[in-house]
Amino acid sequence: MINLNPLWDWFRTLHETTGINLTIFYDPFDRARFFNGFLTSLRLMAICLVASVVIGVVGAWVQRSRMLVLRAITQGYVQFFRNTPPLVQLYFFYFALGSYVRITSPTGLSVPAVSNFSWAAIGLSLYAGAFNIEIFRAGIEAVPRETIEAAEALGYSRLKAYVYIILPLAFRISLPALNNNLVNLVKTTTIAYAIAVPEMLYVANQIWSDELNVPEMMNVLLVIYVSLVALLVFVMGRWERALRVPGYTPA
Amino acid sequence: MPAWTPDQPLIRIRDVHLSFGAVQVLNGISLDVMKGDVICIIGPSGAGKSTLLRCVNALVPIDRGSILVEGQEVHDAKLDKLALRRKVGMVFQQYNLFPHRTALDNVMMAPIHVLKRPRGEVEQEARALMRKVRLEGKEGSYPGELSGGQQQRVAIARSLAMQPDVMLFDEVTAALDPETVKEVLVTIRELAEEGMTCMIVTHEMGFAREIADEIYFTDRGVVVEHGPPAEFFAHSRDPRTRQFLSQIL
Amino acid sequence: MIPNATDLPVLKPFRLASPLPGGERSEREAFRVRGFPRSHKFVIPSPRPSPLRAEGHGALRIGPAYFLFLTSALLLAVGIGQAAAAPAAPSIIATLIKWTPLLAQGFALNIAMSFIAMTIGTALGFALGLALISLHRPVRGVAWFLTEFFRNAPWLVLLFYCMLLLPFELRIGDTIIPLPGWMKSTLGLSLAVMANVAELVRGAVNSIPFGQWEAAEALAFSRMQTLRMVILPQCIKRMTPPWMNLYAILTVGTPLASVVGVSEAMTLTGDILAAENRSELLVPMYLYLLLWFFIYCYPIARFTVSLERRFQVR
Repeated sequence: MINLNPLWDWFRTLHETTGINLTIFYDPFDRARFFNGFLTSLRLMAICLVASVVIGVVGAWVQRSRMLVLRAITQGYVQFFRNTPPLVQLYFFYFALGSYVRITSPTGLSVPAVSNFSWAAIGLSLYAGAFNIEIFRAGIEAVPRETIEAAEALGYSRLKAYVYIILPLAFRISLPALNNNLVNLVKTTTIAYAIAVPEMLYVANQIWSDELNVPEMMNVLLVIYVSLVALLVFVMGRWERALRVPGYTPA
Repeated sequence: MPAWTPDQPLIRIRDVHLSFGAVQVLNGISLDVMKGDVICIIGPSGAGKSTLLRCVNALVPIDRGSILVEGQEVHDAKLDKLALRRKVGMVFQQYNLFPHRTALDNVMMAPIHVLKRPRGEVEQEARALMRKVRLEGKEGSYPGELSGGQQQRVAIARSLAMQPDVMLFDEVTAALDPETVKEVLVTIRELAEEGMTCMIVTHEMGFAREIADEIYFTDRGVVVEHGPPAEFFAHSRDPRTRQFLSQIL
Repeated sequence: MIPNATDLPVLKPFRLASPLPGGERSEREAFRVRGFPRSHKFVIPSPRPSPLRAEGHGALRIGPAYFLFLTSALLLAVGIGQAAAAPAAPSIIATLIKWTPLLAQGFALNIAMSFIAMTIGTALGFALGLALISLHRPVRGVAWFLTEFFRNAPWLVLLFYCMLLLPFELRIGDTIIPLPGWMKSTLGLSLAVMANVAELVRGAVNSIPFGQWEAAEALAFSRMQTLRMVILPQCIKRMTPPWMNLYAILTVGTPLASVVGVSEAMTLTGDILAAENRSELLVPMYLYLLLWFFIYCYPIARFTVSLERRFQVR
């Protein structure tokens, strides 16, 4: 392990000379706490990003179903999650539904079967997934019907046409909107704070309550989130460029 | 600088060079336009014709050379652009009408806001101009409600409202359906017959032959050949000219 | 800068590369509007795709189906709760009705916060948006930094920032302006709105065809005049659907203020549940709150979609 103590000591002297108190660097306990919070946030973001995209792809497929019931349920889900506050949704899942989903622990007590982290992951994935369904659906609708006709004429089944022809094209069209939504998702993970998930904001709150260094912690949080978002935008941009089909660009 | 007099060229373009990045668009173009002349510029696409017009109107800066409009150097840093654009009117291929204002408003806007002329006077003139381009009754229509040819005529009226000394037409019929091309050409011809100095970039050879006093053929940023229409179309000298004419006539 | 570069796809006149010349392409667009002999294999697309807000025919036909879905879910929950409740306790519906006035008060605060934040945010955002298209590089740079910063910061963090770091009262000379918690939260939200509106303005201005600028310049309009009389009036129309979308997002974001201690609908719901202390009330109460927001936001969403459709099929 590289000895980083000189780096941490620099922050200690920073505190002593200027009063800028960044304990998350020079204090090992706070450092560990914050790092774990950061990792929890990353885990939450990663799970939700992947799950919401999967929900979007599957949901967009279900929305094209011939059965009215399936379409109605999907539309109901989408409209519900888009027009209600994500925070209240989260509370609903954790407090209301969570109170019913309990198992008996070995000691005989009734404990929640689903942890708050899991509820946060479920709630946020469903929330972002609803938007993704709309985004992918618009992308699918933008695929020219002539292309789909050609697929039909070649004998592709509905599912195969979706997987091999429609989805790849629709995905490329949807990328800007998808990018936007994923950025929003990364920002929205902070609401997990409200159900005591030990992600970055929650841990930062603990730290600034202990160390009374609110401005420094807030600034650190802001810098980290802005950087994470910038990183995501960069990665999505690279992905968009990698997926680009020559001569087939949005106006 | 001695004041400009009508015996000097209204527009004097000398040895203009312009490149966009690696592409040399104008390669030493020179031409003269006398007052009352109608000049038609023809040539293959990408020969820099539209760019040349934009340079005359100071919409695009040049690298080298000089453009004098009524004796005033256009690419002088201290040029009063407002004064220049009062003298030079421009009509675009895509009409570029302001879609959120009626046709009459489009015609009236610039004289009121830029020239600060009184509204009553401007409105009278605008209505007269609409009559002139044969769009009486369409004053209250929005551009979206008009056909392409009608929109282009409104665009011509809009430029005329500034009372310019010279009109630049940048392939104004290229985006129109064939039926509506004629109505626009008739309007331009009437303007020319009234004595307006015109620089017209066009693909309409029949039209060019009819109204031009001088035809310039440009290719790859230089003037290859020029002359009065009869001589030009019948006895062109340069092989490039003849090849171009054989392709389109 | 790429013309039309914006992260709001709604503004992009999205069109796949068409092999046909202009006239025929508009034919094809008209074709889409008129509709196509229905094949059993796919749904009819909306006139022009808008990745965030378009609704297909499926949604239109089943209209208020999900509203019924939600209400029936609520009734179902109430029914289950009723069944589980002790016979002596008042019915769930009676409890909900009992607490409705209080909830309405809290909800009114949410709405008030959303209005104020939207107003302040839009005003500031417009100014910031104009700065983003300024011809002076330093102005543009500062504006870009502010926009990116407030757009990429999570709203909850912004709220914490404002709650904790803004003073609880402002002293200007002799006057003392108290800054209650809800006002600080509103300011925090308006900063987020400001950045989004600025981006909207920039995107809208960039989506205006360059020919408009050229024509105005050829008529000797100054840049200010061009913006004021030609560009911005055309932008307003383009900006309205995404702006309304932003309002909907803002409204469902106001409950975040409950986390920082503002006493609005979410907080009150929590208080009510604590006061009643009945576990069978949990699901119905939260569903009830969700229903309030849904009833407010859903019509706005539908109106936005219809506006968008109207503005796109020009």
